[in-house]
Amino acid sequence: MSSNIFDFATLTGSVHSWLSGMMSSGWVIFTEMVLVGLVFLLMYALIGLFLVYLERKVCAIIQNRVGPNRVGKWGLLQTIADLIKLLLKELIPIRKSDPLLFNLAPFIVIIASFLAMAALPYAKGLQAIDFNIGVFYVMAVSSLGVVGILLAGWSSNSKYSLIGAMRSGAQIVSYELSVGLSLLAIVVFSGSMQLSTIVESQANGWWIFKGHIPAIISFIVFLIASTAEINRGPFDLAEAESELTAGFHTEYSGIKFAFFFLAEYMNMFIVSALGATVFLGGWMPFHIGEWEGFNQIMDYIPSVVWFFGKTFFLILIIMWFKWTFPRLRIDQLLTLEWKYLLPISLFNIVLIAFLVLMGWHF
Amino acid sequence: MLSREELTNIISGLVPGAEFPEGKQLLEVIVPAESYFSLAEKLKSDPKIAFNYLITQTAVDFQTYMTVVCHLESTEFRHMVVLKANLTDRENPAIDSLTALYPAAEYFEREIFDLFGIRFNNHPNLKRLFLEDDYGYPLRKDFRDEINIIER
Amino acid sequence: MSEEIIKDVIVGENEDYIINMGPQHPSTHGVLRLEVCLKGETVKYLIPHIGYIHRGIEKMCEANTYQQIIHLTDRMDYLSAHMNNEAVCMVVEDAMQVEVPERVKYIRTILNELNRLASHQLWWCAFGMDLGALTTFFYGLRDREMILDIFEESFGSRLLHSFNTPGGLMHDVHPNFQNRIKEFISYFRKKLPEYDQLLTGNVIFQERAKGVGFMSKETAIGYGVTGPSGRGSGFSCDIRKIAPYGAYDKVQFNEILETGGDVFARYQVRMAEMRESLSILEQLVDNIPEGDFTAKMKPIIKLPAGEYFRRVETARGELAVYVVSDGNKSPYRMKFRTPNFSNLFVMNEIAAGCKIADLIAISGSLDLVIPDIDR
Repeated sequence: MSSNIFDFATLTGSVHSWLSGMMSSGWVIFTEMVLVGLVFLLMYALIGLFLVYLERKVCAIIQNRVGPNRVGKWGLLQTIADLIKLLLKELIPIRKSDPLLFNLAPFIVIIASFLAMAALPYAKGLQAIDFNIGVFYVMAVSSLGVVGILLAGWSSNSKYSLIGAMRSGAQIVSYELSVGLSLLAIVVFSGSMQLSTIVESQANGWWIFKGHIPAIISFIVFLIASTAEINRGPFDLAEAESELTAGFHTEYSGIKFAFFFLAEYMNMFIVSALGATVFLGGWMPFHIGEWEGFNQIMDYIPSVVWFFGKTFFLILIIMWFKWTFPRLRIDQLLTLEWKYLLPISLFNIVLIAFLVLMGWHF
Repeated sequence: MLSREELTNIISGLVPGAEFPEGKQLLEVIVPAESYFSLAEKLKSDPKIAFNYLITQTAVDFQTYMTVVCHLESTEFRHMVVLKANLTDRENPAIDSLTALYPAAEYFEREIFDLFGIRFNNHPNLKRLFLEDDYGYPLRKDFRDEINIIER
Repeated sequence: MSEEIIKDVIVGENEDYIINMGPQHPSTHGVLRLEVCLKGETVKYLIPHIGYIHRGIEKMCEANTYQQIIHLTDRMDYLSAHMNNEAVCMVVEDAMQVEVPERVKYIRTILNELNRLASHQLWWCAFGMDLGALTTFFYGLRDREMILDIFEESFGSRLLHSFNTPGGLMHDVHPNFQNRIKEFISYFRKKLPEYDQLLTGNVIFQERAKGVGFMSKETAIGYGVTGPSGRGSGFSCDIRKIAPYGAYDKVQFNEILETGGDVFARYQVRMAEMRESLSILEQLVDNIPEGDFTAKMKPIIKLPAGEYFRRVETARGELAVYVVSDGNKSPYRMKFRTPNFSNLFVMNEIAAGCKIADLIAISGSLDLVIPDIDR
């Protein structure tokens, strides 16, 4: 690989050796943990704010509008202004709600999405924890969010919230299966659950190309199921605005509402990042077979640009869904999963196992 | 579509005591309150005239008496008739409900009850539609509301 | 029933789970309260509660002159303001036996159809939004803006015009009127297919709309459901055909009838009516005869004693005006048979047993305007 200048391992390594020269190994680990935590916190806020801005611009373009354009250049500071407004808003206490669960719920939702970010490989050598069960870990913690949603709906003492939470529960439990099975397809191809290994295995071609038909099927299933899992349109039944006013977060206000809001966008980022890592090669550049010249030009694009480029491509697709499709009904939603997506994924897994056994992929 | 004379002849044979006032825009039938429901039933069920569509039902307060007015149309023949019944008792006006014949009448009658205080017998759910229970009957001519309505 | 709902969340074996949709709810398009009894996601029954914006228009009419009443009728179905005005004007003209000039008839008919188009466009926006397709709202409003601009240029107001007076129009239309309409027709002919591409052909939309909220022809007639909602069930109730008024007898157009009776049929009727309205406009816009914009009327209008009844087709159905006059300058009794009043109360009949999401689709497909119900 010629792109060693973009390898973040050299940067992180030098920080580590600099710290090791100053303090004992225990303190080094503690300092590094604090540093990584701070970086993630900053990144979380920045990506969240940017995604809100992006969504407003994208939906404005789709809807023949201009979108935010008053605060800052092209309205770039609009979401920051909104955030300040949300911070200053009153937190309305709900009569006869369960105060502990009511206040706990937004934190559970946001912690779940925060945990999932840790395991994602953002660029070459830039990954906080490289679990050997990375895929499994990301799926497990990202589905913890449903606990928060259920608690929010239950503790609000509102009928709309309760219906929204129950819908959300049914939806996430169902679609988790398809997300898992479609990711499992690539795990079968690459033979590992470790996200770094999965990325490395795509050095000579992304899995969506190498795995041809079954990989494309599982990619489409993944897109649909993960859109449903993060409660976004056309699967946003949990907060179906025209039916349940705002679903599970009807009764929340101020910063607690902002937590749900932010978590929704970060879940979208996590799902897209996972999809980009598993199907589209993560931070791996785009290579075509023996075209050495082309491949070298691609290598000069930094890996972090590749990663975020692919992630935002998927995010734009998910946004495009939301702003063009009508919402499904709850029974149609469950029918789609249990009668179509799940059998397709199961069949697809068998197909992939057969292909891998026969060596019929690239 | 039947002409006015033909309709008059058919309807006058249906119930006794029906009056047909002259010089009106539409054909009108005035019946006593007792035969109001039975005439409506016959108007609807008679296949020759088949008044199956209740356009509107309302009431008018003529100070000495109140009139319930129903505009009926046949969707098949496209002729119309105005069915009227006069109620002389202003204290406890009551007449049969048409809800059993025309489901639309349920809410028309609730509106009339709300605004005129006319009770409808056999109505499934006779409650006020717009106003509070202790409000008067505002479309009666003797209704006075010094606070909200300025008299000219 | 209303005493029982002020309770906490009720979940139990035999107790009903009642939610109040409205008076403030994103999908009721106004202050309508639906008391909905649920079993899980399924609607067991619903009770509409109305009267939140009851203004007593019928009572107000008894104290106002006929010219003033026209301004009240705007406020009933604000999306069919012109048709409402015309109904009162025609009742007065009938009673006074005034023959309005041909020019007035043509212009009134054109305005009727423009208003119908604007109303159906707004319905399309809101219907898409009810089903969760948020983008439809902006497409529909974009095109509606052109119609409102035409209104603004000629009458000075965009929504509640009060442009009709008994005997004719308030003043003549703007010289630019015909050109603007022609511009609009050619523009909207191109934009209408976009509506189909965005919503009609969508698989999710068809799944949501087909077979939902079935209303039979008998139900429609029985409950008096008129307008596009009734015609979606095959109930032929287009007053423009049954009793032509204005210039409707001089144009070729079809009464749109669908026999499906479901949400999708009602949707199809309105979409087809938009095309039909465009073709009516095309036939009329070049043929507006020259002449006066109003017939000679006395400044004080006193209707001869008697009873008068007149029906027009608004964008939502049949508006009937019933006037009892005692010879004074104000009516003795004025009754408006508004289309939405009857259209609303069929909801329990067709929505019982469906899902909550279907309930929203049904109320969207009936295209309710709440001030028209309350009056």
